Amino acid sequence: MTDVIYLLAAVCFIFALKGLSSPSGAYYGNWCGIIGMLLAVLGSYISVGTSDILFSLIAISIGGGIGVILAKNVSMASLPQMVAGFHSLVGLAAVLVAFSAYWAPELFGIFGINGIRKSSLLEIGIGSAIGAITFSGSLVAFLKLEGIYRQTNIPICANGILGAAILGLGVCFVESGNATTLVLLALGSFIIGGTLIAPVGGADMPVVVSMLNSYSGWAASGIGFTMQNDLLIITGALVGASGAILSYIMCRGMNRSLLQVMFAYDQQPEVQGKNILIPAESKNYHSGSAEDVAFILKNSRSVIIVPGYGMATSHAQYAVKEMSDVLLKNNISVKYAIHPVAGRMPGHMNVLLAEANVSHEDVFELDEINKDFVSCDAVYVVGANDITNTAARNDPTCSIYGMPILDVGRSKIVIFLKRSMGSGYAGIDNQLFYAQNTIMLLGDAKKTTEDVVKALS
Amino acid sequence: MDFRFPNIFDDFAFCWSIACNGGAPSSSGIHGITVFVLACILGYYVVWRVTPALHAPLMAVTNAISSVIVIGAIAAASQSLRNGPRFFGFMAIILLSINIFGGFMVTHRMLDMFRKK
Repeated sequence: MTDVIYLLAAVCFIFALKGLSSPSGAYYGNWCGIIGMLLAVLGSYISVGTSDILFSLIAISIGGGIGVILAKNVSMASLPQMVAGFHSLVGLAAVLVAFSAYWAPELFGIFGINGIRKSSLLEIGIGSAIGAITFSGSLVAFLKLEGIYRQTNIPICANGILGAAILGLGVCFVESGNATTLVLLALGSFIIGGTLIAPVGGADMPVVVSMLNSYSGWAASGIGFTMQNDLLIITGALVGASGAILSYIMCRGMNRSLLQVMFAYDQQPEVQGKNILIPAESKNYHSGSAEDVAFILKNSRSVIIVPGYGMATSHAQYAVKEMSDVLLKNNISVKYAIHPVAGRMPGHMNVLLAEANVSHEDVFELDEINKDFVSCDAVYVVGANDITNTAARNDPTCSIYGMPILDVGRSKIVIFLKRSMGSGYAGIDNQLFYAQNTIMLLGDAKKTTEDVVKALS
Repeated sequence: MDFRFPNIFDDFAFCWSIACNGGAPSSSGIHGITVFVLACILGYYVVWRVTPALHAPLMAVTNAISSVIVIGAIAAASQSLRNGPRFFGFMAIILLSINIFGGFMVTHRMLDMFRKK
């Protein structure tokens, strides 16, 4: 009976992911996921009996209440933080479940002839190690995304030694089945999770967030092996594969490998690229007013808007949508161009634009739109720098060299909205800022866009 | 850069069969591996078809469904006679419920935005 229910739950989860291939299907897909989760919980109550149901229901209602409050109040701009925070919870929970499997092996049927079976010890070890890494790694990612903590350089060899120690502890644990070793193993993994993520820079956060997503899946799979539960194995594998693909897509968006993101943090790019390309005397830029920009936009036929992380931080998406509505009224075509790594998590910009009611059809990916920049009259860049930086093409010494960029410089006029003339997260100056056809609109993106709207109408 | 899942699986399955009983593949171990490998391949194809615009909801919903380990936590919390595992299970249920409710709800909020227009 429970096996059938678990099978149904697994099918529901698969359809939940399958639904995401289109926005309308996704809505029903999410309900599929919810039904799957209900079935899973139902199945677990059928198998353990309901004699002590109150105890776990209390826990569910406490957690559920907190979850609902969090989900209701989170702003779409701080979505990456929330997702990172949630990953850390899965990680910690995986550690706890692995621990309870170790201290109550009779529940999970993992007894061998003398004590817990070796294979089960291995699974418990893997489960708690990945869980602990996910926990601390996501915690550090959360603190970084919140801006509480920035970056610490940790020598690679320190992580190497720590990793070797963890591996040793793991072997010891499987051999001895000793409780202290298990706790030490979890503790060591907890530390290395933090020290692995601590040195990764802000621009690489999309990769880190999706990688941790994948880890939380592998942790779930590990628990599934311990419990010999196919549902957990399937779900964990789905989530793990999803996170792995997302990190791959993010890495491709930056033309870097996962290894480079994780371990190539020592090179400080600012010292290189910055002054080689742009001599100080040619660092003059044209600063414009909102009225100038409104005049340019009014006299264009087609405008492409390029959102970046700056749009998220200043909550400018509604103002941007308002501006594009005014432009549309004046028969000016408006498109949105989204770079795969714009923002701090995969799909971050799409969500913000959807929040402001921008139609799905007006939003284009890098490959679809890059050829259109040549023929467009004006590009309106809202708080994006690195994803448009031509240094990625011209300067082999800079850290983002080879990264595919949005070709904004090819259009007739580029309007950059920026808070100040400082460089972006990767620390590289953008040659485009000083180009002849560029106008810098300095200030808070939301305020300046609102000013442009006022000047337009 | 290039991603080759099958190699990872091979290594993993190999280590597994060694760990289980010193080299000879065991039937129970290989069952789990079979399910795992097939699910990874399935996940690979399903996730590649997700439109890039929906990558944020994808992360949120995968986060919610990975909390399915709550069934392990429920078993520990309601069945164990000892206080340690019961406490671990209780705490794990709280954490995972935050995730389940929060994850599905935030996904719902996002998808609602994509749907209206």
